[in-house]
Amino acid sequence: MKNLLNPYLWIILLVVGGISVVPILTGDASMREDLFLILMLVVLASSVNIITGYTGYVSFGNIVFFGLGGYFAFYLMQNFETNFVLAALVGGVGASIVAVLIGIPVLRLRGAYFALATIGINEAMRTFVANFDPFGGSVGMFFNYSVYNAYGGAKNALWFAYDGIVVVALATIAASFLIKKSKFGLGLLAIREDQDAAKVLGIDPARAKVIAYTFSAFFPALAGALFFFKNGIIEPDVAFDLLRSIEALVMVMLGGYGTVVGPIVGATVYERITALLITAPSITVLGVSLGFSQLHLAIAGFLLLLIVLFVTAGFVGWLRQRFPRTRRYLE
Amino acid sequence: MTNTASVILAVENVSMRFGGLVALDRVSLTVHEGEIFGIIGPNGAGKTTLFNVINGVYAPHEGRILFRGEDITGMPPFQASRRGIARTHQVVRPLGELTTKENAMVGACFGRENLSLEKSSIVADEILEFVGLAARQDMLAGKLNIAQKKRLEMARALAARPLLLLLDEVLAGLNPQEVAEMLTVIRKIRDQGVTIIMIEHLMHAVMNLSDRVFVLDYGAKIAEGAPQAVSSDPRVIEAYLGDPKMAQRLLEGSA
Amino acid sequence: MNLAVLVSSSIDGLMLGFIYGLAAMGLTLIFGVMRVINLAHGAVITLGMFALYLFSVQLGLNPYLALVLTLFLGLAFGVVMYFISVHRVINAPELTTLLATFSVDLIIVGVGTAIFTTSPFSVNVDLGTYGSGEITVLGTKIVAVLAAILITVALYYFLYRTRIGKSIRAVANNRSAAELMGINTTAMLALSFGLGTMLAMISGGLIATLFTFTILTGDDYQTKSFVIVVIGGLGNPTGALVGGILLGLLEGIATLFMQPSWVPVIEYVAFVLILLLRPNGLFGARA
Ligand SMILES: Nc1ncnc2c1ncn2[C@@H]1O[C@H](COP(=O)(O)OP(=O)(O)OP(=O)(O)O)[C@@H](O)[C@H]1O
Ligand SMILES: [Mg+2]
Repeated sequence: MKNLLNPYLWIILLVVGGISVVPILTGDASMREDLFLILMLVVLASSVNIITGYTGYVSFGNIVFFGLGGYFAFYLMQNFETNFVLAALVGGVGASIVAVLIGIPVLRLRGAYFALATIGINEAMRTFVANFDPFGGSVGMFFNYSVYNAYGGAKNALWFAYDGIVVVALATIAASFLIKKSKFGLGLLAIREDQDAAKVLGIDPARAKVIAYTFSAFFPALAGALFFFKNGIIEPDVAFDLLRSIEALVMVMLGGYGTVVGPIVGATVYERITALLITAPSITVLGVSLGFSQLHLAIAGFLLLLIVLFVTAGFVGWLRQRFPRTRRYLE
Repeated sequence: MTNTASVILAVENVSMRFGGLVALDRVSLTVHEGEIFGIIGPNGAGKTTLFNVINGVYAPHEGRILFRGEDITGMPPFQASRRGIARTHQVVRPLGELTTKENAMVGACFGRENLSLEKSSIVADEILEFVGLAARQDMLAGKLNIAQKKRLEMARALAARPLLLLLDEVLAGLNPQEVAEMLTVIRKIRDQGVTIIMIEHLMHAVMNLSDRVFVLDYGAKIAEGAPQAVSSDPRVIEAYLGDPKMAQRLLEGSA
Repeated sequence: MNLAVLVSSSIDGLMLGFIYGLAAMGLTLIFGVMRVINLAHGAVITLGMFALYLFSVQLGLNPYLALVLTLFLGLAFGVVMYFISVHRVINAPELTTLLATFSVDLIIVGVGTAIFTTSPFSVNVDLGTYGSGEITVLGTKIVAVLAAILITVALYYFLYRTRIGKSIRAVANNRSAAELMGINTTAMLALSFGLGTMLAMISGGLIATLFTFTILTGDDYQTKSFVIVVIGGLGNPTGALVGGILLGLLEGIATLFMQPSWVPVIEYVAFVLILLLRPNGLFGARA
């Protein structure tokens, strides 16, 4: 694995890792919460970028794996007091198996049909889990606080979860980089550009797509396990939230479709903008008081529209086009 | 057939239909190692479809395809590629958002030799030099002009280090200068021992380059043999009668 | 099982189905003509509800006059939305058009939430009830169904009998060929988007005469529209209408046999299965 020694990979990991350790060193809990969310979004965006940005299959409902990972792990911890790491891994592997089973038939669909099918799968899962009693049905599941005892109480568990998301985010970024720079990744890009031509050139698209989809499922499942472990509660509408799924694609678009750094930048910028809008004071227009917290969706939509229309390649993609020399480094 | 070289490809009684349309009607042919085998025929004769059946884009409704003695009928195209069959597309299909070099690397990586990225990078450099695209290696393939895209098709196919190369009208749309360059490239490929089947409308090129020529019309073979013999075959001339210019060129080409 | 309950649930479902179908026709028309899945579909349906509310409750117009206004507003809104958010990216990969229309969805829902919050609204229209015994039907529902049928007939007349309609179909079949034939494809695309949006908005308006609604209600109908469009075959308006009726019937009857919360599970599973097994819809050609 020559790419493991690629300095560019280590620069990205050092930057992300360096920022991530700050709250651990300072013990700043509010910064920890912000960064947890950002890192989680990085995981979601970078993962969906593998199947969508690299391979060209728009996985609209990719959040289904986040939810599944969350539910699997939560169920094990709640009912069998399984250790978190083991439960999360089971969640990750479980979601990956589901991805393979779903992926084999669904990845045969192309274009809009695939995108629609992934929405359908997420919604089918959400409504099914809402009826599935072992997972608590529509109410979901709550932890007994005793679950946190193994991690030194609820407060320490938050730090534990943060450490976890840092590790998962770094792993996702590394995987995303190594895939992009590998022969397998080149095959994915070829499939994205022209699947039939890729097939003639010797690539087995069916196999490559399922593998890519599995990667796109594994990391979000781990993130889901962490997120719901931290929250101590899981319910279908939060676990399988289609809006969050689409937001992950927005972040990919914002930062740069098909690049490694794009989703990281996109997730960070998106989270910061929404956080800013939510906390901004309200304004009064024509006698109607409009809170930015309410308008944040509209403003996010407006920004998205501008990007989609005018900066199709996203921020990193734009840099690459504008300054071709950066292509070498900006993966 | 007096040629004693071993058979690399045998197409046996292959038929292919699209709905009611018979695109290939029990076509049989054999190609020998190291030869250039020309395929001609009027528009819509089924030439491209024949390629699609040979490399597995379509599974034929009947008949068999044997490649180096192995039955590859109905195998997906990527299997054909790994066994050493590479092709170019009549309508070019560049991987537009990848660079020229990356395009060639895809060919090398997933072709017959299944090379690593590092090795395919070396092969890609070599091949791009060979087809004259080295200066364009960092350009996005989608941005190449049509002649360059044709070369790119060729480069990708060659990068796979094929045993059998299927060329689908690589000369179409090129100016005389570009045609001459492409012909040189094709000769060089043959000299490296690669067997070539080429579909071509440009008669003088097919007639000069090919060891043997095969004529398709309405999906069926109407003639096969040495260029000289084929071009004076009355059935071939008749097939092209709908296209007098073509018939004329056919005669000139063999002159 | 009480027969009267069954009959009345079926009638109810059937009637709702027409309105579902009308909304879904809007979605499928746009997809059929330009291969764009309009993710603002639900938001546009909501817009129709609130347009009706504003015209009839705030401005005090007759609700059915308000409905006619909503129809024209929908057409205009769709054309504008096409030029702002779709035209520039009409040939871009799916993700681009999906996100472009999704951004419009965010804008509508965001602004709508800021103005109307997420609390329920209603338009009170009372046209009495008809029927006898256990089988009764609301007058508003009858009118809604008649309106849906009328609009469908008008749409078909327009698409198949008028010159512009034929041009739209030509553009749907093959845009570049239509362009060569001298058809102004941009105008036809904008018009189709307008028509699709109009259908969504008018169905929103009709729904508003029947039920209370919030700024988020359109989402439910959007997902239903997706299911219907897939049942009927993406791009096939007749299929959408039939699919809508089927879905309405299914919902009406299914709740008698199972818990209502299982109905969407069945809908979504059917949706995925149909996409996989019959991508051209239940009535379309085999895959
Ligand atoms: N995928 C397909 N579906 C339906 N019909 C097809 C398909 N591919 C080819 N055909 C039809 O089969 C016939 C043979 O087509 P083919 O492309 O093989 O001809 P060709 O000899 O390569 O012609 P040209 O010289 O124009 O390239 C044509 O009538 C064509 O329309
Ligand atoms: Mg051809």
